[in-house]
Amino acid sequence: MRHEIRFSGYGGQGIILSSVILGRAAALYDNKYAVQTQVYGPEARGGASMGQVVIDDEPILFPEVTDPDIYVIMSRQGFEKYGIRAREDAFMLIDADLVRSRPACRYCEIPATSEAKNTLGREIVANIVMIGALVATTGVVSRDAIERAVLDSVPKGTEGLNQRAMKRGFELGERACNQ
Amino acid sequence: MSRTEFMQGNVACAEGALAAGCRFFGGYPITPSTEIAETMARRLPKAGGVFISMEDELGSIAAVIGAAWTGARAMTATSGPGFSLMMENIGYAAMTETPCVIVNVQRGGPSTGQPTRAAQGDMLQCRFGSHGDYSTIALAPNSVQEMFDLTVKAFNLADRFRVPTFLMADEIIGHMRERITIPDRVEITRPAPLLEGKLPFEAGDDRVPGFAPFGSGRAIHVTGLTHDERGYPDTTDPEAHERLVRRLVAKVESARREIADYEVVNPDAGMVFVTYGAPSRTVQQVIHDHPDEEIGHLRLRAVWPFPEFALDEFPDATVFLMPEMNMGQISREVERHVGQPVVPIPKLGGDLHTPAELLRAMEAYR
Repeated sequence: MRHEIRFSGYGGQGIILSSVILGRAAALYDNKYAVQTQVYGPEARGGASMGQVVIDDEPILFPEVTDPDIYVIMSRQGFEKYGIRAREDAFMLIDADLVRSRPACRYCEIPATSEAKNTLGREIVANIVMIGALVATTGVVSRDAIERAVLDSVPKGTEGLNQRAMKRGFELGERACNQ
Repeated sequence: MSRTEFMQGNVACAEGALAAGCRFFGGYPITPSTEIAETMARRLPKAGGVFISMEDELGSIAAVIGAAWTGARAMTATSGPGFSLMMENIGYAAMTETPCVIVNVQRGGPSTGQPTRAAQGDMLQCRFGSHGDYSTIALAPNSVQEMFDLTVKAFNLADRFRVPTFLMADEIIGHMRERITIPDRVEITRPAPLLEGKLPFEAGDDRVPGFAPFGSGRAIHVTGLTHDERGYPDTTDPEAHERLVRRLVAKVESARREIADYEVVNPDAGMVFVTYGAPSRTVQQVIHDHPDEEIGHLRLRAVWPFPEFALDEFPDATVFLMPEMNMGQISREVERHVGQPVVPIPKLGGDLHTPAELLRAMEAYR
């Protein structure tokens, strides 16, 4: 089954990296097919950033995302620019600390940034918390695959921190789903 | 052992170049091709090669031509505005029969246009962009894997025919990430050497002279002026000029079948899509979603020299539909060769044709 996953937030949060990690998990460790694309523009730190992934069990022919069924939204501007038109049967993960608006589709609130800052001590791993929550809530790739993809995508010396962030994301995702 | 990676198209192009033995890159980074230069800058010195960040694209192609004449496999990568600046020396490379690879990750033009958006607007420029008559080879990848494979192939063709060879990618294929398998080693065909007793620009039956790069022991004069088989300028003899230019064109055009590289789907179809590069992925999706032997697809991996005989693979064709990310550049070429209607489906602005758009376009011809 084809899934189209869109990540959006602001430049500097690791939005693009999140999409690359997810694509990598699917394509290299889950024996699926994946195409990752991103918006290229003059956006730098602070601007709206967007990366997206198509995941399928079959080879992916048309490579672009046209109507995502899964969203990960980590900024207000990202919601307004890339999330607000989500179709009704889509599913959205929202960083509840950063985004006030709520979509018309099903959604889960994940306090990724505050968890990263307060529980894990490094705000920079908020994107990895979100990835953990994404996998726990959607199962779009396996936990084993995402763990391997995270570990080979993050800087050396930060593996432990990122693993903790991902596990925290799994827990937050499980809890959000049970609500 | 081959290795499997999740990689960006532009990086795969650089990896293909390195695997093919490219040891010189002269370039001026430009969106959306920059990652090719970045990867080459990082990797080439460690591979014993040379990377030079040139002052502009005129310098880039000049440096590549010079490097090729030392015997190195040499490449540059650019996009529209830089490609336009390279045109004069691309003609020089054609005239001097310099094997080299020019990658164009196409973006929206004319002029600076849309730096970060995809297009296929340079498909005629890569064939006819420099002045005078000559012929070139152009390949069009439609996946990250083909960014690797066709880069390797471009080097082999450039060497085989001693001609500037183009990898005509686009922003979509250049920037997307997909799984790719990188083999341990790739097939490499270097230019045939210049044999003892042969003049430097004296060609045999295949019209391609043997290559003796600088330093290989032969004293060779290389000039963009019309030259005789010794390489000496001979700019007023009509016959010398005609003989040379006819050979430069014929060495590529007479090898159309050898160079041809295409895929045929549903050869009995009446309605036939002809594509190259990114839009081929949309047609593949349409055929996958609507299995119907009445919808055919000719996908060109090599666009120039144009393989007109590939159109004969569809004897029952009643119409050729041509989705291109330009105003119909290659559809004009198809039109030249067939009696059936040829319908351009242009898409401008940077997005790929969607399957829904192609289905709408098909309705009129069902």
